[in-house]
Amino acid sequence: MPHRDEDLTVGEMLRRHGISRRGFIKFCTAAASAMALPPLMGPAMAEQLRNVRRPSVVYLSFQECTGCLESLTRSFAPTIESLIFNVISLDYNDTLMAAAGEAAEAARTQAIHDNFGKYVLVVDGSVPTGAGGGYCMAGGKSAVDILGEAAKGAAAIVCVGTCAAFGGIPFADPNPTQAWPVTAIVGDKPIINVSGCPPIPEVITGTLLQFVSTGKVPDLDEHRRPKVFFGNTIHDRCYRRPFFDEGKFAKSFDDEGARNGWCLYELGCKGPTTYNACATLKWNGGTSFPIESGHGCIGCAEPGFWDKGSFYSALSNPAWGKSGEASPTEVLRLAGVAAATGVAIGAASAAVSRIRQHRQEQQAADNEPKGG
Amino acid sequence: MDLLSFARGAGLKFALAVFCVGVVWRIVAFALLRIRRDLNEPRASMLKSVGGGLLAVGSRSWPHPEFIGRTGAGEALGYSYHLGLFAVVLLFGPHITFFGSLFGVTWPALPSSVITVISVLTFTLFLAVLFRRVTHPVLRMLSNFDDYFSWFITMLVIVTGLAATAHVGGPYETLLGLHILSFDALLVWFPFGKLMHAFYIFPSRAINGSLLARKGAIS
Repeated sequence: MPHRDEDLTVGEMLRRHGISRRGFIKFCTAAASAMALPPLMGPAMAEQLRNVRRPSVVYLSFQECTGCLESLTRSFAPTIESLIFNVISLDYNDTLMAAAGEAAEAARTQAIHDNFGKYVLVVDGSVPTGAGGGYCMAGGKSAVDILGEAAKGAAAIVCVGTCAAFGGIPFADPNPTQAWPVTAIVGDKPIINVSGCPPIPEVITGTLLQFVSTGKVPDLDEHRRPKVFFGNTIHDRCYRRPFFDEGKFAKSFDDEGARNGWCLYELGCKGPTTYNACATLKWNGGTSFPIESGHGCIGCAEPGFWDKGSFYSALSNPAWGKSGEASPTEVLRLAGVAAATGVAIGAASAAVSRIRQHRQEQQAADNEPKGG
Repeated sequence: MDLLSFARGAGLKFALAVFCVGVVWRIVAFALLRIRRDLNEPRASMLKSVGGGLLAVGSRSWPHPEFIGRTGAGEALGYSYHLGLFAVVLLFGPHITFFGSLFGVTWPALPSSVITVISVLTFTLFLAVLFRRVTHPVLRMLSNFDDYFSWFITMLVIVTGLAATAHVGGPYETLLGLHILSFDALLVWFPFGKLMHAFYIFPSRAINGSLLARKGAIS
């Protein structure tokens, strides 16, 4: 009989906490449902999880705002408590753990050493490489070095949030810290991106749960995101979609169209190009999501979302200039310069044409038979 | 940079610049061409010549009664798809938003369902126009690469636009990117191909009509 908590299987851990088998199956069914898996996956997942040792999870935070962790702590299915107490062994997270300083660093080293090749590495935040990695240091080590050390023994890496997955806001132009996503630093490990700024909490816990219960990387899209959560655009599942098809668009955030729930496309909604589960899983336990609250999607789960023009300019609108959209003044300036160029070229070509015409006429006159 | 960002960003900016340069270049070059002096005695006053020019713009835009049996169908086809294009380009909500962000002016839109019907009709008319061009013996002889390419590039904008609106054939961002990119291509081609008739058609009719009126003929 094992004695240490980390040596217990999930089933043993649950028994110790007085959670019945039936209760655990209900929990897994809820989680499977959140992941849009078939209903039979719940009991299967429960059975699988009961017999596995709680996997060690090392959670590293780099250049980030802690919004992703704030989101994770608001997960409803599974809750963060049930996840970290029953399903995984969260061995290092510098925000949630009680230890600090050298004790915290020692816990990370110990977890990596004891579970080498088996632990799940969760990364939150982009990795700055500028100034020799000096923009993000912990315990005297740069984020690049910490990531390199932790990635070596990881079974898989889960990048939580758009910063870890795609660089996010630190990566945005002009990228002063030379920040990179994890995929640019680590190349030889299975990497799962759970993007979003922040990601939906159930998408984070669901992805972890799916990996832990199956031991396999789920089906991923071309950006390495689990297809089960990122397979559809928000627009595809949006309750305002019928208004898009009807051509009913809100023109401002307080007009009658907006009050009637019309499509926010013309107000800059990025739902048609954003792959995420906001419209189905929603937020705060399925209460609502940004579009339901009256604001367009800002496309935060997509690579480079910060550099794709204004959040308030329609997807089909021109996107250049400092504000991320073309202003009439800029267009006028462009047209003015282009027109001046056109006048110059046109005048030059007309002059060439006239000279040629003149020469031809003279030649014709010279060739005419002289009278007399 | 993804396709959509390029198409509505750098690609569109470049296309607009080429369009402006090209259109102004061709108009200025045309306007500054030397017109051979007509040494004949004018048979109409200057006012009548100008009036004759304006009259020609109207009369040449309508089938001649004598030839209506032969040319009426072709002209009806031409008018129909031009009107369809105008409606789709100028009265579709997202297009108006597009023009609004460029020029700062917007106007009321037609419902999307109406635009979709017009688009499908325009698409069909475009196919009919091509069919007529390749089957009509005279038109076929008169046609060159410019005609077919101008048809193709305009058709490409219609097809990608329909696909983007209906979300058919790929992810929306790709379809929208292709639609805007095809529009960029059309802008680049516009001044250098027969699409330039949009600027030349009425001035050239007016000039011809005016010259004829000067000689005493009425268009």
